[in-house]
Amino acid sequence: MKHQEKHKIYWRKNLQYLSILLSIWFVVAFLISIVFRESFDSIQIAGFKLGFWFAQQGSIYVFIVLIFVYVYLMNKLDKSFNSDEDKG
Amino acid sequence: MNIFAWTYIIVTFTFILYIGIAIWARAKSTGEFYIAGKGVNPVLNGMATAADWMSAASFISMAGIISFSGYDGSVYLLGWTGGYVLLALLLAPYLRKFGKYTVPDFVGDRYYSQTARVVAVLCAIFISFTYVSGQMRGVGIVFSRFLDVSIDVGVIIGMLIVFFYAVMGGMKGITYTQVAQYCVLIFAFMVPAIFISLLITGNPIPQLGFGSETLNGGYLLDKLDGLNSQLGFAPYTDGSKSTLDVFFITAALMVGTAGLPHVIVRFYTVKKVSSARISAGWALLFIAILYTTAPAVAAFSRFNLIETVSEAEYDKVPKWFKTWEETKLIKFEDKNGDGKIQYTGPKSEIENELTIDKDIMVLANPEIANLPNWVVGLIAAGGLAAALSTAAGLLLVISTSVAHDLFKKGWKKDLSEKKELLIARIAAGFAVIIAGHFGMNPPGFVAEVVAFAFGFAAASFFPIIIMGIFSKRINKEGAIAGMISGIGITAAYIIFFKFLFPELNSTENWLWGISPEGFGTVGMVVNFIVAITVSKFTPAPPEEVGEMVEKIRIPVGAGESHEINA
Repeated sequence: MKHQEKHKIYWRKNLQYLSILLSIWFVVAFLISIVFRESFDSIQIAGFKLGFWFAQQGSIYVFIVLIFVYVYLMNKLDKSFNSDEDKG
Repeated sequence: MNIFAWTYIIVTFTFILYIGIAIWARAKSTGEFYIAGKGVNPVLNGMATAADWMSAASFISMAGIISFSGYDGSVYLLGWTGGYVLLALLLAPYLRKFGKYTVPDFVGDRYYSQTARVVAVLCAIFISFTYVSGQMRGVGIVFSRFLDVSIDVGVIIGMLIVFFYAVMGGMKGITYTQVAQYCVLIFAFMVPAIFISLLITGNPIPQLGFGSETLNGGYLLDKLDGLNSQLGFAPYTDGSKSTLDVFFITAALMVGTAGLPHVIVRFYTVKKVSSARISAGWALLFIAILYTTAPAVAAFSRFNLIETVSEAEYDKVPKWFKTWEETKLIKFEDKNGDGKIQYTGPKSEIENELTIDKDIMVLANPEIANLPNWVVGLIAAGGLAAALSTAAGLLLVISTSVAHDLFKKGWKKDLSEKKELLIARIAAGFAVIIAGHFGMNPPGFVAEVVAFAFGFAAASFFPIIIMGIFSKRINKEGAIAGMISGIGITAAYIIFFKFLFPELNSTENWLWGISPEGFGTVGMVVNFIVAITVSKFTPAPPEEVGEMVEKIRIPVGAGESHEINA
């Protein structure tokens, strides 16, 4: 029973991380880079229009950060729930 | 030394390297053959995944496509990288925890159904063959352009090399060769990119040079917008596709990427669940080096091209122009007879006289920019590395599907490991030959079927794997109905516009303005809806399945027992 409770909390926490990170993913890839691209294009930094930059450069950097943040959060979660594979 | 000699030396050197690695890392068991014995370091796995993923198309064609389409080309950049976020967050860790060899394994077990497994196997084989034929063709083209042999001879050489290390080494051999191939291809892509960035903007980092001023003043992208408009093309940073279509294509490519079997299977090769997560991160990082450079190369080469050829006198064009004219990748027809090259877009009143193949932007770039001969030699080696590494990964999926999913799990459950390994090797051998055949006699629709591969992966694998992990209620009836309706609607749409009525293939006729390339997204949504609805009205999956899902969700060792919680 105790195991089951722990797993439930673990899974809920995981889903919470997922929903936050995937929302960022959606905003950057689909809203900034595509849907509202033209409004963001009115901002120019150096030679880049912002919407265009996100579509061809920025999104990719954000994607990398998202994965590494997820890895960090999950490794921490695994430790705190002692579901670390090395010990398990 | 001339270009030819350099190319021979560099290509021969890399081939010896790949064969050496294959001998060193040959597979001795089915575990090693299918998933490299689960012992691959996550960073190396990331590199191998990157090479596996980046095909001849990424290396040779992508920068060119972006160069000619400007903003519209973003769909490939976003789609083929954003998919890794889905992989890392939604698929890789759970499939690794599941711990068997293939995607059909998961589908068959989770949906406790032989039918579901067979549908999955057929999808996997179809997707992989589509892809691998394109790779073999790519190998042949690189050979014929740089090494002066016919395309067919090029394909045969490519077949022999892949045969050697895929059949002998299996996943283990492939993984370590792919690591080497990644190094070769990224070096080959970056060196000319850095040179050209320096040449045009004075900044050695292409990602920054992209947004810098050119040496004659004025921001590169602003100048490109101006040049494009002046010649009657859509402005470079604007593009001409509708926002909705860009949205759907991007989504289909992302979801398709996350559903491609040869990418997913890479995450079975690492030791732990946490390694599966991090290796998706490394893979994307390694891919991003090329994918953030490609749009910069696209802009540089567009600028270079227009500056060199627009209104130039045909008699005085540089040597590369004539060389590539011979290969028919550049065609010039002096329609108004003024002896000058008019290169214009659809919105211009002046008739266009120049057709340029998109591949030329990467292949001829070093020559256009007057780079040293050894750099040109590198491009050939890089293109071959990209094509061979992807081909090998795909061939493995095909051989695993045949030996493991069909033979072992299908009709001969008592197959010994030794026999299974033999069948896997024979299947890989056959797959090489069939792929080579398609490489030599490409069906006219190779480009068209690529849309198929992504659309299929998006409409079939992605939804049922996601539902298999995140829901316990989806049952076999739902999964099978979902897969079939998702694939069915996607296939129908693509076949209608690409094969039956290609003349109707334009925005006015598309459903809600979605192109066939983007329709996989609709197929995915249909799959989800059908699977959920059908599952609601049919009996829940058996209790063991609920237990299995519970286990997949938690990284800890599979030995633990769980109470059922359905």
